[in-house]
Amino acid sequence: MSEPEPSLRDLPEPSVRQPRRWTVSVIWVVPFIAALAAGILGVRSYLGSGPSVIIDFKTAEGLEAGKTEVRYKDVPIGKVKRTELTEDGQGVRVHVALIRDAEIVAVEDSNFWVVRPRVGLGGVSGLGTLISGAYIGVDRGRSKEERTEFQGLEKPPGVTSDQQGRHFALTTNDLGSLDTGSPIYYRRIAVGRIIDRALDADGKRVTLQLFIDAPYDKFVTTNARFWNASGIDVQVDANGFKLNTQSLATVIAGGLAFQPFPEDQPGAPAAENTQFQLFDDRTAAQAPSESESKRLRLRFYQNTRGLTVGAPVEFQGIEIGRVRSLELDFDRERKEFWTDVALDVYPRSMGRAFDSWQRNTQREPTADTFFRVLVERNLRAQLRTANLITGQLYVALDFDPKAKKMVAPAGQDPLEIPTSRGEFDQIQEQISSIVTKIDSIPFEEIGNNLKNTLKSADELVKKLDGQVVPELQKTVAEAHRTLGAATDALSDDSRLQSDVRGTMDEVGRAARSLRTLADYLQRHPESLLRGRPSGEQELKPSPPASSSTAIDTSVTPPAAPEKP
Amino acid sequence: MADAGGDAPVVTATELNVAACAACGRIVRLTERCEGAPCPRCSAPLRHRKHNSLSRTWAFLIAASILYVPANLLPIMRTQTLGGAARDDTILSGVFELWTAGSWDLAIIVFVASIVVPLVKIGMLVLLLITSQRGSHWARMGRSRMYRLIEFVGHWSMLDIFVVALMAALVRFQTLADITPRPGSIAFGAVVVLTMLASRRFDPRLIWDAPSQPRQPAPIINTERP
Repeated sequence: MSEPEPSLRDLPEPSVRQPRRWTVSVIWVVPFIAALAAGILGVRSYLGSGPSVIIDFKTAEGLEAGKTEVRYKDVPIGKVKRTELTEDGQGVRVHVALIRDAEIVAVEDSNFWVVRPRVGLGGVSGLGTLISGAYIGVDRGRSKEERTEFQGLEKPPGVTSDQQGRHFALTTNDLGSLDTGSPIYYRRIAVGRIIDRALDADGKRVTLQLFIDAPYDKFVTTNARFWNASGIDVQVDANGFKLNTQSLATVIAGGLAFQPFPEDQPGAPAAENTQFQLFDDRTAAQAPSESESKRLRLRFYQNTRGLTVGAPVEFQGIEIGRVRSLELDFDRERKEFWTDVALDVYPRSMGRAFDSWQRNTQREPTADTFFRVLVERNLRAQLRTANLITGQLYVALDFDPKAKKMVAPAGQDPLEIPTSRGEFDQIQEQISSIVTKIDSIPFEEIGNNLKNTLKSADELVKKLDGQVVPELQKTVAEAHRTLGAATDALSDDSRLQSDVRGTMDEVGRAARSLRTLADYLQRHPESLLRGRPSGEQELKPSPPASSSTAIDTSVTPPAAPEKP
Repeated sequence: MADAGGDAPVVTATELNVAACAACGRIVRLTERCEGAPCPRCSAPLRHRKHNSLSRTWAFLIAASILYVPANLLPIMRTQTLGGAARDDTILSGVFELWTAGSWDLAIIVFVASIVVPLVKIGMLVLLLITSQRGSHWARMGRSRMYRLIEFVGHWSMLDIFVVALMAALVRFQTLADITPRPGSIAFGAVVVLTMLASRRFDPRLIWDAPSQPRQPAPIINTERP
């Protein structure tokens, strides 16, 4: 204590300055800033959190509290906070916290569904969720009214509200192989899909909801016809064998196609939610509507085997209608069965012919009068074979110049077109008359005669065989032998030959002797009387020479006559 | 009060109107009115006690406790892994995650370092401030120890911030995994820094400055002066 005391007095004093009044409060900026920062953070985090919504699902499969996201257009807009069972235990209540920006999806007509991997015939979707896990998809509604409780969909909706296009409805008798998601084709381009299907309240028809994407929706015109393009359409009818498909996908998954008919008059684009009818196939769709058809009747007193409902009706080779029904009837007067054939004919199919008639006729321009006029000009119906293999028949309306003039009775409805026997029937008749003629030939008699004739011929042959042939054989053998002898006789070294040659030599010698004699006589004619003088030995009487042997004559005689 | 009795004959520099320069250590004669005057040697402001210690400490402490709320409520880290949804974690959710994952030891460490320590620190400082302001004589030795403990333990609360900073820097695999800090980490860091500043601002001498008996300091000063 004693040490510091003296120094304390010597300690310097600092010069005093006026203290600044406000320095004290500066430090309070720090908590102020902290409060500000905390406030900003709090506000930001409050702003970041949007409304909380509750969605009910049937199952919480793949949904995980704190992990499963809610995505709108694949952008995360919220998270599942927790899941719980609904009061009745039938479903799952999912509490979702949305981010601030996502409050636009919490409106009246928004839809929520769980995106899981889905493998269908039409394709595969949601594969990404295999890794990331399921998430809740949202389709934002257009309503302005807010809503916080939703009923989740089990399947993704077929069409989201932001897709451009139009909805249409189709009615059909049965669903066939179609289902939600089945594609719709226009000229074989997929332009839409079925988004919903529902049985009508009375359970008699099925209504399909379609969605056609823009810009193709404008092709759905008022006269568009939809038909089922599912699977493979195999048809065997009077026109032969027909196979029709849209695309491979429709073969498996089913699909629809549509097109305006007639194609050159597409008509105005149909309004949203227009109801159409679904036809079974393209042909049915293509057929003019029933309102345009004209009913005709035919009366056939002949076998109509091969004629079926739906068989074509052709006028001059142009198909103008179909057989509507076939009914068997009995004619009491003629005591014959006849077939009542009802036809649906579309005069429009006759094209300009009908149009120009309508324009130029003085009579009532209806289809009925048109056919009456044609009947007056000998229009006749015939059954003709369309396909020889299947035996299908069709009805041909053609002019028969040989037919009797006929006028259809007025007021007949449906109009009856007189029938004539078809070509095939005529051919059949001709063939049967030929057969009858052939039948009248006495084949049995001819056969018997032929049998007898054959029998005698057989005997003759036997005779020839037993008698003539051995004789003939003998003759031939003899002839053979004779010929052999002749051959022998004529051969170079045969006796005959040598005999003939010897004889010939003898004859030659005799001739020479005669010549010698003649010469001698010429010179000595007297010798005939006196005989030869004794000195002359040369001349020898020749006649006995013929009996001498050939060898002898050939060796000796020439020397004697030649010497003189 | 045991220690109070033991310190009875203490004479403080303030009572002697003497102060040491905080910057250069020069001892200067310093009367009450000269408070804040520059040191003759280094011209640093001379004070008997830390300037505005109580109010400054209060300010930092209030700021820290304000930020303590968002620090624990807001997520401090966002983890994004392949395919999975990004998840935000607050400190508490992290602790909970660790606990459920079985690493209860780690969970306890994180819980103590990140939640208990800042809270206790704030609480202790408030206690120190209030007692000092009221000039309480209660457990002055214990309070000094408490202050030293606060000073010592202060920086360990930064553990979480270190983790987040490291993870965010290291785990950057784009789509595979990505970790990004969230605003909570800033608040949390600010809480730690502010509590440290607050404890630094606090002058432990104030614990002992309380006029135990009004009559006692006066005679000491009087006797020294002559």
